[in-house]
Amino acid sequence: MDIYVFDGTMEGLLTAIFEFYERKPKTIQLVSQQHFQPVLLDEVYEVTSDENKAQRVWQGLKKKIGAEWLLRFYKAYLSEDAATFQQLFQFSCYIFDSPTGAEKNFGHPAVLAVTQMEKSVNRERHRMTAFIRFEETIDGIFYAPIEPDFNVLPLISNFFKNRYADQRWIIYDLKRHFGLYYDLNKVEEIVLEETPNIKTPADLLYGKEELYGLLWKDYFKSTNITARKNMKLHISHVPKRYWKYLTEKREIE
Amino acid sequence: MSERIRQKLQILADAAKYDVSCSSSGSNRKNNNKGLGDASNSGICHSYTEDGRCVSLLKILLTNHCIFDCAFCVSRKSNDVQRAAFTVDEVVELTMGFYRRNYIEGLFLSSGIFKNADYTMERLVRIAKKLRLENNFNGYIHLKTIPGASEELLTEAGLYADRMSINLEMPTAAGLKLLAPDKSHDDVKKPLGFIKDSIIALKDEKKIIKSVPKFVPAGQSTQMVIGATPETDMEIMYSANEYYKNYDLKRVYYSGYIPISYDDRMPMIGSQPPLLRENRLYQTDWLMRFYGFDVHELLNVKNPHLDIDIDPKLSWALRNMEQFPIDINTAEYQMILRVPGIGVGSAKKIVMARKFGRLRSDQLQKIGIAYNRAKHFIRCADSIFQINEPDALHVKGLILSESKSKYLKIPQNQLALF
Repeated sequence: MDIYVFDGTMEGLLTAIFEFYERKPKTIQLVSQQHFQPVLLDEVYEVTSDENKAQRVWQGLKKKIGAEWLLRFYKAYLSEDAATFQQLFQFSCYIFDSPTGAEKNFGHPAVLAVTQMEKSVNRERHRMTAFIRFEETIDGIFYAPIEPDFNVLPLISNFFKNRYADQRWIIYDLKRHFGLYYDLNKVEEIVLEETPNIKTPADLLYGKEELYGLLWKDYFKSTNITARKNMKLHISHVPKRYWKYLTEKREIE
Repeated sequence: MSERIRQKLQILADAAKYDVSCSSSGSNRKNNNKGLGDASNSGICHSYTEDGRCVSLLKILLTNHCIFDCAFCVSRKSNDVQRAAFTVDEVVELTMGFYRRNYIEGLFLSSGIFKNADYTMERLVRIAKKLRLENNFNGYIHLKTIPGASEELLTEAGLYADRMSINLEMPTAAGLKLLAPDKSHDDVKKPLGFIKDSIIALKDEKKIIKSVPKFVPAGQSTQMVIGATPETDMEIMYSANEYYKNYDLKRVYYSGYIPISYDDRMPMIGSQPPLLRENRLYQTDWLMRFYGFDVHELLNVKNPHLDIDIDPKLSWALRNMEQFPIDINTAEYQMILRVPGIGVGSAKKIVMARKFGRLRSDQLQKIGIAYNRAKHFIRCADSIFQINEPDALHVKGLILSESKSKYLKIPQNQLALF
């Protein structure tokens, strides 16, 4: 079996699919550079990302499955998950080799795998729209650090741009070392020289920030009904790994 | 200053928490004035309290001073609790500040009745108006309709609010009369009907004139308290069904009564809130709204109460075994929806996938149905031929022995013997 190693980008993944159809090996395994571990027996082919080739595959897919499914494909890709890359490859082959409409075959393993991963990525996207907590800095910028399971920043950019149109904000992915900055006109990708901590030092925050944090914690406590306490349900809705973002769940230092 | 506002927030959030509606969905308000906020059509829960309920809106009372003395209400006149009142500016500032930090989707504003209905409603409207017109706020606003408020005020409220609601409080008119002699269901029906008609009228007008403003775009909802008065599940759901139909409600909420008073007309303080019953009522509500069930199929004179040990869908299926098993590969979508263990998402996937070939049990499991439950009611490509008709009691036993319901471990709201 041939192993195709690509650079981890969407362009690379699509190029790999192009190369597969051009070189026509029997079957391949698609691996990103990051996940690749050299092996003895298999043949390794290094895919060089190519915009033209990627575009041709993208347009080809678009013709067959339409814009809505393309977005699903992209979202599944953002999982950065090794097994999903392989499923995306198999999904593409299944789509190209079948008559139109094949993406509706939920009995097919690749269709189902892509659908299910897209669902997971969507859930993480949704959680970020819910659990991000901004703090206003002394410069008047509303800032939120995050560490999402999947690379969902590209998916939440418009959501925050539309919602917080009248305030400058930064959402920074501490895991992937890049962020989004909205300057009241447009959203830009930014990279900070040094990746900050999850907790923003108090001296960088606007004076009223502490009071808002306290008021929110007060509200969170007061709106709870003790007679209905159900911690299992609470934790299933707000898994512990998200507590670090949440003003209301953070311990008082 | 900050201590005072903290205290007010604690009192007025605590007093508002028994209103269970938290929904922030259904609105289509867009940020087109470069202001703050943009409604999310599906709604967003920004947090969950330790009781597992969603926190989506800043849910507060404007004041907990009240001229009424309803037995089930924590803010009733005769109750000895701390009283407080927000100013208009305080509510506006809290809402804006919380929204900017992404704590909330918007504001849920209710109030005790001070002086009279119009006086109270006018204050609620003033806050919504200020948020919309002076602060360019496009987030979600849920306003309580105060029964008895003038139609002019209700019309104005509808221009600023995304959702409005009035609580039925008790599922039947008789139950309400018993605990709140000053109130009646007719007081609720009138404004519900008025707002419903206004929504329809403005929608029709909007078809002709584009610039007609939004009017309560997320519709109306109501709430009933469960377990304070002795209604059957059938009475409760028939009442809900009637309000869904007659007033075009988006939601009916069922709130298990949490004893807050020593009134001997109601369950005593310290008895468990009927959480399982509440859950079963919501399941029934979902079956009516999303699964094509008629309420009379689920509850009727022969079965006036929902089963405690199994959910209403399974319960219906076991009472109607002659309709099963169905063949997954040929049955109609509506019938697949009725199989215990198959939800809306899976049913849709099944109907699409079976066009590509007859589905097997392993595919159904991967699609995500609860196969161990559903298998008693379906046939698929690799089903083994069965001679015996499945027997309802036997199937129920099999399903219960495998089920790990959390409710089986929690003591239920049993009558105290002593």
